[in-house]
Amino acid sequence: MPLSYTIAVIAIPLFMFFFLGLAGVKMDKKLTGWLGVIGMLITTILAYGVALTYFFGSDQGQIADGVRKAVVVFNPDWLSFTKTLVVRMGIMLDPIAAMMLIVITTVSMMVHLYSLGYMCDHHGHAEKGFQRYYAFLALFTFSMLGLVVATNLFQIFIFFEMVGVSSYLLIGFYYQSPAAVHASKKAFIVTRLADLFFLLGIMLLSFYTGTFDFDKLVFGANGANSLEVAQSAISTAGGATFLGCSVTAWALTFIFIGGAGKSAMYPLHIWLPDAMEGPTPVSALIHAATMVVAGVFLVARLFPLYVIEQGAMEIICVVGAFTAFYAAAIACVQSDIKRALAFSTVSQIAFMMTSLAVSSADSGLIEIHGGQGLGFMASMFHLFTHAMFKALLFLCAGAIIHAVHSNENSQMHGLHKYMPITSFAFLIGCLAIAGIPPFAGFWSKDEILVACYAKGMGWGIWMSMVAGMTAFYMFRIYFLIFHWRKHEVHTEHAPSDQPWTMTLPLIILATISIVAGFVPAHDLVTWDGKELHTQLNWTVAGSSVLIACIGIGLAYKMYFKENELPDKLQARFSGLWEAAYRRFYMDELYQFITHKVIFQSICKPIAKFDRGIIDGFFNMLASVTGQAAYGIRRLQNGSIQSYVYVYLVGALALAVITMVCVLI
Amino acid sequence: MNLTLLMYLVPSLVMFGCGVYGFLTRKNMIAIMISLELMLNSVDINFVVFNRYLFPDQMDGMFFTLFAIGIAAAETALALAIIINVYRVARKVDINELTKLKF
Repeated sequence: MPLSYTIAVIAIPLFMFFFLGLAGVKMDKKLTGWLGVIGMLITTILAYGVALTYFFGSDQGQIADGVRKAVVVFNPDWLSFTKTLVVRMGIMLDPIAAMMLIVITTVSMMVHLYSLGYMCDHHGHAEKGFQRYYAFLALFTFSMLGLVVATNLFQIFIFFEMVGVSSYLLIGFYYQSPAAVHASKKAFIVTRLADLFFLLGIMLLSFYTGTFDFDKLVFGANGANSLEVAQSAISTAGGATFLGCSVTAWALTFIFIGGAGKSAMYPLHIWLPDAMEGPTPVSALIHAATMVVAGVFLVARLFPLYVIEQGAMEIICVVGAFTAFYAAAIACVQSDIKRALAFSTVSQIAFMMTSLAVSSADSGLIEIHGGQGLGFMASMFHLFTHAMFKALLFLCAGAIIHAVHSNENSQMHGLHKYMPITSFAFLIGCLAIAGIPPFAGFWSKDEILVACYAKGMGWGIWMSMVAGMTAFYMFRIYFLIFHWRKHEVHTEHAPSDQPWTMTLPLIILATISIVAGFVPAHDLVTWDGKELHTQLNWTVAGSSVLIACIGIGLAYKMYFKENELPDKLQARFSGLWEAAYRRFYMDELYQFITHKVIFQSICKPIAKFDRGIIDGFFNMLASVTGQAAYGIRRLQNGSIQSYVYVYLVGALALAVITMVCVLI
Repeated sequence: MNLTLLMYLVPSLVMFGCGVYGFLTRKNMIAIMISLELMLNSVDINFVVFNRYLFPDQMDGMFFTLFAIGIAAAETALALAIIINVYRVARKVDINELTKLKF
């Protein structure tokens, strides 16, 4: 399949957005849903065709000398300001973009299909706003696809904003619920704040390097990422510094902050748990699998620049490692199933970030551990597998919520008997995320841990510990939902497995979660386009499996059968438990900073200045004019003769003045 | 005795002055209108006379005068109609009492 078909992959969702958004209102709800699914199916088939052609197909210029090149399919000028300042809008395929095409379309396809069942009530009637929902899903898919194939930073920024908007629209889908409205605003404002830094970073970087285009920033002559090109791009900046750091380091840090906002890195993670107010399939698509990895993708896209600017990379590393632990700690105590999964997502994305950041570790280790390439490959591989099993977990959660009408796991318990398919699918997802071989997560997480150990023993041990926590909290959720004690049926009908439109995606994603680990990612998705020869590091793999098993065992001991142990532990460490349950008071801190500090001491004086001085000045002008007009209106007294008299006097006076002037 | 330009202009000026005086002092709207006509006619005289003495080979002033007379007739008809209507409504034509159009 020609690689230029990528244009169709992007155009179809855009068309579906306009079509469903404009014509959907007039159509039957179910019909619009099915049209959305069919449109997405075509997109998925095309995307698979393009991506598989890129990876395995006959040569279309994508492989040269054993290096997988970045292929620019389409790159017209969009805005040309000056001869050098040109913004292009194009399509570029490289290993990570092609992989993302598969990830996005797969998850989006599953979510489209799943939503046919999920967005209906128990009598099978479609919910209010069904067409709007599908239109927004198409908009999101379009934006995300446009983001990953972008050819320059500016295009990435535009699509970054567009995924932000679609996320906002879908979180606030139930716009009659105040919680959803607050959550959508929170998500939008927090990510916008981060995007401000992103924009600053883009402007700094492009000002000093003189280009937006990736092929001038990171891609070398052979079409793959190249450190030499990145080095020369950075040296174009001419060693300009600001506060002791080079401007490019600042620019890259700012760009990372933009990515951290979307990818929910500490301390910009606060919007993601609240975003769970949206419909569950949306959480699966946007807030677990695709949009939240945009930040990881961004760092991966500019990877060679980050490798050279070690300072920025160190920041990413620290932030990532801390976030992974922080989010995992919170996930251990959450009682809302979707929130627990959301924190798990934050933790896993932090794994990817850390992995990218450690991959630039001492290049002397290249021979031993695969050095620079390994972390990058592991990160992208984990992105791929995580998207699959986290989407699976969220869709399972959706099925459970749809069956029991609650997000709280205290309302669930013992569902294994009632929903066996969902239970097995969830178990597979848990095993995958916990890193048990041969499930997908084992392979990718193992590579990440190897890369971390390559950076330093401390990093490795830290991340291994977080991996153990991952296993613990995932199985805690699993046991609490499906076992613990007998289910108490509250509604008139007992919960059961959902209709096939919801079950089929679970089965497909579960299958992918089992086999995805065998994808030869180290041959396909590497930073320099060359094959990376790795082998399983048995020490790391064995210890990580052991740690995961300990985590699972602990969860089994505590949560498999109803017992007193969790309550006892909670009472024993009540302060810690409460702090973790309240997310270590980050939301309160933000509330304090925004309301008490910023609003009170900055915004209020500014508002006073605005109302008092600026508005006051103009009000004064208006009132003076008004008073004057009121004063002189008496001149118009209604007597024509007095007007004529005034006119006459004026005319005579003018005549006299003219005469005087002429005579002089 | 030759008639000079000034011999025409002086009566015209007197006529205009009478018109202005009448316009400012009369109370009856019809009298005011007559004063207005007086002013208009003095201007017409000026047009004709200036044309005759300054540009004897051209006719522009004459034509202007003819136009002005025609328009003055129309305007008088209109003014009379307005005065009659005002009288019908207000039962008076005294300008000092018709001061409704004010602030």
